[in-house]
Amino acid sequence: MRNTIEHAPFRSPLLPTLRLMLAAVAAMLAALLLAPAHAQLRIEITGVGSNQFPVAVASFQRDAQVPEPVDAIIRANLQRSGLFRLVDPGAAPIAENTAISHGEWKGRGADALVVGSITRLADGRFDLRFRLWDTVKQVQLDAASYVTAPAELRLNAHRISDRIYEKLTGERGVFATRIAYVVALGRNSFELQIADADGGNAQTALRSREPIMSPAWSPDGTQLAYVSFETGKPVVYVHALATGQRRAMANFRGSNSAPAWSPDGKLLAVALTTSGLTQIYVIDAERPSTPRRLTSSTAIDTEPVWSPDARFIYFTSDRGGGPQIYRMAPDGSGVQRVTFNGDYAVSPRISPDGKTLAYVARRSGRFQVQTLDLATGAELTITDTVLDESPSFAPNGRLILYATEINGRGILASASTDARVRTRLSGPSGDVREPTWGPFIK
Amino acid sequence: MTLFRPTRLTSVAAAGAAALFLAACASTPLEEKKPAPVVEKPAAAPTPAPAQPDPRAVARVDTTPKAIDPLTDPNSPLAKRSVFFDFDQFTVKPEFTPTVEAHGRFLVANKNRRIVIEGNADERGSREYNLALGQKRAEAVKSRLTLLGVTDGQIEAVSFGEERPRATGHDEKAWAENRRADIVYR
Repeated sequence: MRNTIEHAPFRSPLLPTLRLMLAAVAAMLAALLLAPAHAQLRIEITGVGSNQFPVAVASFQRDAQVPEPVDAIIRANLQRSGLFRLVDPGAAPIAENTAISHGEWKGRGADALVVGSITRLADGRFDLRFRLWDTVKQVQLDAASYVTAPAELRLNAHRISDRIYEKLTGERGVFATRIAYVVALGRNSFELQIADADGGNAQTALRSREPIMSPAWSPDGTQLAYVSFETGKPVVYVHALATGQRRAMANFRGSNSAPAWSPDGKLLAVALTTSGLTQIYVIDAERPSTPRRLTSSTAIDTEPVWSPDARFIYFTSDRGGGPQIYRMAPDGSGVQRVTFNGDYAVSPRISPDGKTLAYVARRSGRFQVQTLDLATGAELTITDTVLDESPSFAPNGRLILYATEINGRGILASASTDARVRTRLSGPSGDVREPTWGPFIK
Repeated sequence: MTLFRPTRLTSVAAAGAAALFLAACASTPLEEKKPAPVVEKPAAAPTPAPAQPDPRAVARVDTTPKAIDPLTDPNSPLAKRSVFFDFDQFTVKPEFTPTVEAHGRFLVANKNRRIVIEGNADERGSREYNLALGQKRAEAVKSRLTLLGVTDGQIEAVSFGEERPRATGHDEKAWAENRRADIVYR
């Protein structure tokens, strides 16, 4: 439950400075955090730009024991975004209704200040409030209050982080979104996990003795489609996260894989082998249906993914020899080749604005995430790792989450789409792989 | 051969069941325990009454191998269940022809037997593309068997891609081991 106290005008006086900084640093990572709880992912950042925006996040005033360190979560989010430099706020808590001396904070080097309070209500919930000041212009940029159950304090800390990020950068934050990924804990132990975008609050949605691959979020963020080998062969399931209810949506003779949701959530594109070759089909996402075949090549066609405007399905095909990225209309017509540079291009993903293709290219034996500007054809290698797989755009398009391997162990990593900022994140054990970034949730 | 997977255990169990069946047709199996003999024994008992040894009797001793289930006989060509492929290749190499033909003959002669051919790929590159490459290897073996007269209904070609590596190393030796199709009896 959220209630906005006041709204500052959207155009922040900090924006011009920030724009420059953004150009220099680029935006970064959603912040996959160094989470305290068990089995969480650990993060390392490399290549953070030096020109960061200075912000102080004061300790929130609290009148009771609070189960989540809300202010610390906000600080960690902003820091891991790569865009901010945290200024020491001192130990004293500062509530959102405390009068502050802008000059003093400006003097300490903070161009923005976050203050807040957490009050325990009689029914056990908390009233969480925050205020964001621009200490240079001496104006309030944002403020809000949330009446929240204890279990939602962490989520609301992410929501506040998103508001701060948006006010200071002009772009939507992704701290309150979630990621899904697969952890291989042993030869007979696989888990599909869901975590906050910072890697915290990791929960296991599916545990299996057989491999799991290719998780894909439904557009509303409530379901995952994925491939599970639990019956001894690849079958596509759709899994409602809140209830754990699962349905085998593609369980045809041969292999069933590569699920991809249409932007309206009504269809799934899948790769099936009923013809003897891996080809792309479309099925109903809500009930078992007869597959409609989209590709009819004499080669491998797989890894379909819809463009956000639903005008194209991008896919991987080796009809020209080696695998390359192609696209077609959703009815299978008008196939065009999209990648031409190099002899191995796989795993296409389209940015939320539809303008950029990310994919994995093999060049000189290195498998690296590339971006391709679909309008200009400009290409960029955005990672410094060499065994990259499974790129996935953050819903604001700023970052690409992907899987790679360091010292023989699978980890997750992210890179900003301008290749300036990179992070690596690894769990306490096991191979982490197949990451996919969930959508914005209302 | 590793036995960590239910599908393999299933195939071993199936092979075991086949062993019992075939052994029953042949001679004294070591492991077979029939629950019924208590009832049947009286009927068999009367023949040799108060024993008067026949000086002309000849007891037969046989040291040659008993008839063995070809699926569990380690010396049978059917004991070989894997077909290996070269990098980026999907044709069954001549050295694996005897293996494929042996399974083909067995399946043609045993129309009730079914197999799954599990294709595999090495770890490099996209998991989904590797799944498709593994499928292509499985299909290559399937089409050879089909040419030998095995019916389509006896074979399902599936892929494990790079998800179930037999060799877990990260070098050419491990990769070669993982570019493979396995014949698994159901």
